[in-house]
Amino acid sequence: MEILVPILSAAIRSGTPILYATLGEILTEKAGVLNLGLEGLMLLGAFSGFSATMVTGNPWLGLAVAVLVGMLVSAIHAFLCVSMGANQVVSGLAITMFGTGLSALLGKAYVGETIRGIGVMPVPLLEKIPILGPVFFNHDPLVYASYLLVGFLCWFIASTRWGLTLRAVGENPRAVDSAGLNVTLLRYAYTMIGGGFAALGGAYLSVVYTQMWVEMMTAGRGWIAVALVIFGIWNPLRAAFGSYLFGGVGALQLRIQAAGTTIPAPLLLMLPYVLTIAVLVAISIKKGKGILLGAPAALGQPFHREERD
Amino acid sequence: MRKNWAIAVFMAFLLVGTAAWAIAPVPAKEIKAGFVYVGPVGDGGWTYMHDKGRLDMEKAFPGLTSSIVESVPEGPDAVRVMETFVRNGSKLVFATSFGYMDFVQEVAKKHPDVVFMHCSGYKSAPNVGTYFGRIYQPRYLSGLVAGKMTKSNVIGYVAANPIPEVIRGINAFTLGVRKVNPKAKVKVIWLFSWFDPGKEKEATKALIDSGADVIAMHADSGAAPQAAEEAKVWVVGYNNDMSKYAPTRHLTAPVWDWGKLYKYTADKVVKGTWKSESIWWGLKEKMVGLAPFGKSVPDSVKKIVAAEQAKIVSGKWDVFTGPIRDQAGKVKIEAGKRMSDGDMLSMSWFVQGVEGTIPK
Repeated sequence: MEILVPILSAAIRSGTPILYATLGEILTEKAGVLNLGLEGLMLLGAFSGFSATMVTGNPWLGLAVAVLVGMLVSAIHAFLCVSMGANQVVSGLAITMFGTGLSALLGKAYVGETIRGIGVMPVPLLEKIPILGPVFFNHDPLVYASYLLVGFLCWFIASTRWGLTLRAVGENPRAVDSAGLNVTLLRYAYTMIGGGFAALGGAYLSVVYTQMWVEMMTAGRGWIAVALVIFGIWNPLRAAFGSYLFGGVGALQLRIQAAGTTIPAPLLLMLPYVLTIAVLVAISIKKGKGILLGAPAALGQPFHREERD
Repeated sequence: MRKNWAIAVFMAFLLVGTAAWAIAPVPAKEIKAGFVYVGPVGDGGWTYMHDKGRLDMEKAFPGLTSSIVESVPEGPDAVRVMETFVRNGSKLVFATSFGYMDFVQEVAKKHPDVVFMHCSGYKSAPNVGTYFGRIYQPRYLSGLVAGKMTKSNVIGYVAANPIPEVIRGINAFTLGVRKVNPKAKVKVIWLFSWFDPGKEKEATKALIDSGADVIAMHADSGAAPQAAEEAKVWVVGYNNDMSKYAPTRHLTAPVWDWGKLYKYTADKVVKGTWKSESIWWGLKEKMVGLAPFGKSVPDSVKKIVAAEQAKIVSGKWDVFTGPIRDQAGKVKIEAGKRMSDGDMLSMSWFVQGVEGTIPK
């Protein structure tokens, strides 16, 4: 247990930025829009969050700016995919390239600067619980917020009227349209909310976790989030599990090295990817048997009101 | 018709002639240089330091202008970038990463009138020189500081990728540590990436959790020093002075000064006396050095460092002088013998005192 606690605690810490991006992408994909721009949105979030924190001196304001930037940039994606009916894969990739380039260009002046970000705030009482306390309740406020968000989204998607509408937009937009709701508006909203979460995940890296800005600092976490949506089969709780698994394996391999064992680290690093492939295979097998598992039926398909299917 | 053809041919000759005349004699003062960078200038580390050196050079030679291309992958793209430099009139091209080696050879063969300088490689040609710095020397010196400052006798080392350059640094650092503190050991964690601040921070935390009270590093961002500052353990930076990431915990850092070499080369090219050579400069030439000591480093430690530094600068002794044993205790370098540069450049084993493995 002595060894396990720091590993689990590290798993949560390094899983949180991925978790935010994954939760955002779940919402976007549930609404039928595929956004492969997560990596770019995370980088823009990391940069804008950092620079806004530096300028204003307030990390919370920095996070807010990051969310705003994420929403604005993903609105471009929504415009292209929802309004113009463009190819969602291409548009998403373009957003990633755009975000990578723009954050690098604007971020030049901020390299090497330091900020006072958001530090660790243990939860009183709860942190005293043996094992669970140090693992779950000895983090920064954004980690706690992510717990609440996972719970909220589970409830929201499964048991609310809004959640039902969200699922319907992704499964059968024509039915939603017939019910008198605005499919375009809903898809815009969820794409932008998803983008905001992705940017928040990026800002978590720069404002809370490392408290510095360097180009390409997300180092592929946005892509992991895209994979985790499938790994979690569009379910927030399973996505959280997946994020912590990714974070945990990373932390575990570092600690295994520190402990001086000879298990090859690359082997461990491979593990989450192997699991993701396994889940993908499992989903396609089950689909063959006629059981629908997770993937929204209208994912990636533009909706044109005037056209008949 | 025939007349028109004759005129056209004449005009063509005239054009080619003018072009040749325009290219041939380059006035000494108007020289263009091109730099190929492997990362962004904004990395705050490796490429950042090269660019600082480039600016030093420009300042020293007002007639010399230079241009850069950042984040060039170590692949065929490098050829395109270097060809563009040459086409735009560059007479001097610096390729600043190991992986450009064969591409430099390829381009250099086509342009014998252009001087190419390749960083950290081992292939040269009449118009290709190589250059690198003996960063292992200041690494050894920083090891002396770390060995003196540790109380737990466990020192953590956050290392990027298992290549000879990094292994050499870990070994030199460990030799320094063990010179002043034979009981101490150096724990190594591999990141398997040059650049991932999140991972660098997590690795630092893992080392601290396993008992390290001094952290050294060979990675490109300041995340490790920052994590050390947070956990209140000592830290030795790398590339440049990283004390702003760890204001109270930064001991020192092995640092680069590429400007020395860039000025040296530019001078020779401007004067027309450049010849291909393999440059591997160290503390003596001041191409590498130590960042200023942190406030907590006692004078007695500074004295030890100064003495060892004098020994290296004098050339009488170098870091990899025997007896040196490997992890298993086997003598790798006999007493009194000095390791050859070739052996140093291909180092693939750890010295005694390092805890960790080199992935094959």
